[in-house]
Amino acid sequence: MKPLTECTIGCEGRIVKIKAKDPIKGRLFSLGLAKGSEIKILDHTLAKQTWEVESDGTKIALREEEAASVFMEPVGGCE
Amino acid sequence: MRCGSCETDGSGGRNGSGTDQKVKKIKVALAGQPNVGKSSIINSMTGARLHVGNFSGVTVEKKEVFIERDGYEIEIVDLPGIYSLNAYTPEEQVAKKFLYNEDYDLIINVADANTLSRNLIFTFQLMDMQKKMILVVNMIDEVEKQGGTVDREKLEELLGIPVVLTSAKEHRGVDEIVDHIIEVYKSRKPKNKLFYDERIEEQIGKLVKVLHKSPHFKDPDEARFIAIRLLDRDEEIYKIIHDLPIFIELHEMLGQIYRELEMEFDEESTSDILSDERYAMAKALVLKALKKPPKKLTVTDRLDRLLIHPILGLPIFLFFMWLLFQVTFEVGSIPMDWIDAAFTEISNTVKAVLPDGPIQSVLADGIIPAVGSVIMFLPNILILFLGINLLEQTGYMARAAFLLDGFMKKFGLQGKAFIPLVSGFGCTVPAYMAARTLKNPKDRIITMLVLGFMSCSARLPVYVLLIGAFFPTSHAGNILFIIYISGAILGLIVAKVLRTVLFKGEPEPFVMEMPPYRFPSMKALSVELWIKAKLFLKKAGTFIAGASMIIWFLSSYPHDSRLAQSYETRIEAAVDEAKKMELQGELAAKELENSYLGTIGKTIEPIFEPLGFDWRVSVATIAGLAAKEVVVSTLATLYAVGDADEKSNTLIERLRENISFKAAVALIVIIMIYSPCIAAMSTFWAEVPQWAWRGFYLVYPNVLAWLAAFGVYTLLGALGY
Repeated sequence: MKPLTECTIGCEGRIVKIKAKDPIKGRLFSLGLAKGSEIKILDHTLAKQTWEVESDGTKIALREEEAASVFMEPVGGCE
Repeated sequence: MRCGSCETDGSGGRNGSGTDQKVKKIKVALAGQPNVGKSSIINSMTGARLHVGNFSGVTVEKKEVFIERDGYEIEIVDLPGIYSLNAYTPEEQVAKKFLYNEDYDLIINVADANTLSRNLIFTFQLMDMQKKMILVVNMIDEVEKQGGTVDREKLEELLGIPVVLTSAKEHRGVDEIVDHIIEVYKSRKPKNKLFYDERIEEQIGKLVKVLHKSPHFKDPDEARFIAIRLLDRDEEIYKIIHDLPIFIELHEMLGQIYRELEMEFDEESTSDILSDERYAMAKALVLKALKKPPKKLTVTDRLDRLLIHPILGLPIFLFFMWLLFQVTFEVGSIPMDWIDAAFTEISNTVKAVLPDGPIQSVLADGIIPAVGSVIMFLPNILILFLGINLLEQTGYMARAAFLLDGFMKKFGLQGKAFIPLVSGFGCTVPAYMAARTLKNPKDRIITMLVLGFMSCSARLPVYVLLIGAFFPTSHAGNILFIIYISGAILGLIVAKVLRTVLFKGEPEPFVMEMPPYRFPSMKALSVELWIKAKLFLKKAGTFIAGASMIIWFLSSYPHDSRLAQSYETRIEAAVDEAKKMELQGELAAKELENSYLGTIGKTIEPIFEPLGFDWRVSVATIAGLAAKEVVVSTLATLYAVGDADEKSNTLIERLRENISFKAAVALIVIIMIYSPCIAAMSTFWAEVPQWAWRGFYLVYPNVLAWLAAFGVYTLLGALGY
């Protein structure tokens, strides 16, 4: 289990924990990021300040702070 | 979890149906998550009349369509996109308020077939409302193209509400929606088929019992909805029950229920428990009703590899922006001359047709040229808007925000704020409207407050005139560039200051969906543009016309007939044309000096004196509040050169004679910073309802402009200029 921000582009896995507080948690949830969702790291900006992930066909952009609050169990594609 | 396996009997609604109503009007709320194609659905409905307005009290656009069919008049209200009833952004609040408080007959919930399970979570929340409802699964073509299918009957069976599969793009199933609306309207409300875990249902039952004690919640369906929303920690609903006599009992009970459920499910909040329930239900439903082959690499994936590439992404974005502005100004300037010529023609015709007098003058010198000078910018505005709409609807805007968020965050702004800021170089009016894309009110206000520092195209004539008069020609381009860049830098700095002083704390968290790239529908785009053009022309014809009448009046009255007579005899006596022109110009200047505007100018002169301005420059500066081009024409009139444009050498010479270099630079600084034109100010006024911000907006740019100009003036003085 590690936060998204410690993963590399292409890394795939499952969300195991979301530490964010409401309303951010609710927002992440309604975009499809919930405990148990599959997740893939698609991209981040050069300075890793903004991240893009994909879950169930939805692509989501989130800031470093929010990305760090989502924890995943990597399955494959990670370095 | 029982939904899906529950009974299929859909009859036996407890509430009366609408069949007996005399007026056959059906009001429909169209609700769905963002980017599911709600607007394209109503745009592609056959025989629909579109009406655009605002939701009451807010500037969120409200689109409605009216359709007549089988003796019914159907009104469909397109609500802003909403991800969840636990609303987050102001636009979502609008949709939620509508769903809760407005009177409507049924809900159409639009879902995106590509992301069905996430959409269904919201569908379940809507179903909790126990209203008549239709589920529209849109973009079915995209799923089919990938080789997938959606089982409509299965969905209907499991959800217990009618389901329509549509593709707004291919005009499939869209008109069927209307048939379903009438059918559902006539039929009895279907029995609720959505049940949560027994432990949750037990607590819902307890809450319902207490709610029944209040005369407000005698209806079991409504009581159930309220109970579920209370478990979902809905503050709006909490506020409603807060004022009821049963509150104390309910409040105590709620606290206990929260604790019990949270312990039992080992979750932080009952809201999370319900979310997990809905999530599991949605997964189960999709498993049964949606067949989807394993995901292949889509066009979006491929495009994103390039467009948001960590290194290439930013240069590509900057190129798109450059292209947008090139097109806006290059193409937009073509019809400008025609419009200008047309209005001059109208003005001349009025002068020829109407007898001399105040009515002719107010039309030909006041209203027509002023309205014309505004309508001249319509092509620019439309092109810019088309470009911004394209960026938004293709899905690229979200990428731009993604790329720029890190940079903008340093200045206390959001990635998305870049779009209105860049638009501001074109025209501040559409830029203020573009700020609507910022969901967070604080981010939006900050962005709007600094937007004026992005020098709009109307300030260009003033800069060109002053640079021409006071700087060597070889440096003109560089000076102009410096002016624009310093405006932008100032904007970012002020944003940072506002964020640290007035809006403490970090900007709102940035969590945003990146919608797939889609080719926008041409029809929808042209409808948008037509609406924008209509609104703009309406404003030009009403507000701008009114404002220009006031300026005209102030500059034309009181009329000194003796002065005019004495000049007229001298003009007639003059021999050559040049002398006549000069005398006419002098007369105009004298009349202006004696007019109300002249008096005002003399009164305000002390304010501008520390900047080295005389009363004429002061008046021109103030007149620039109406529109920045007016600064040039006012300076021209006041320095008695008659009808000079910004290239007039005589005006440039007179400016050199009358204004010092440091005062000219101070004037440039003022123009760069102070309040934008009346049109922009009224747009701000319309977009921002809070009086405190309106007042702040009227004062601070002008104070800042004066201070900055004074600083520059003093500095240049110290340097010996």
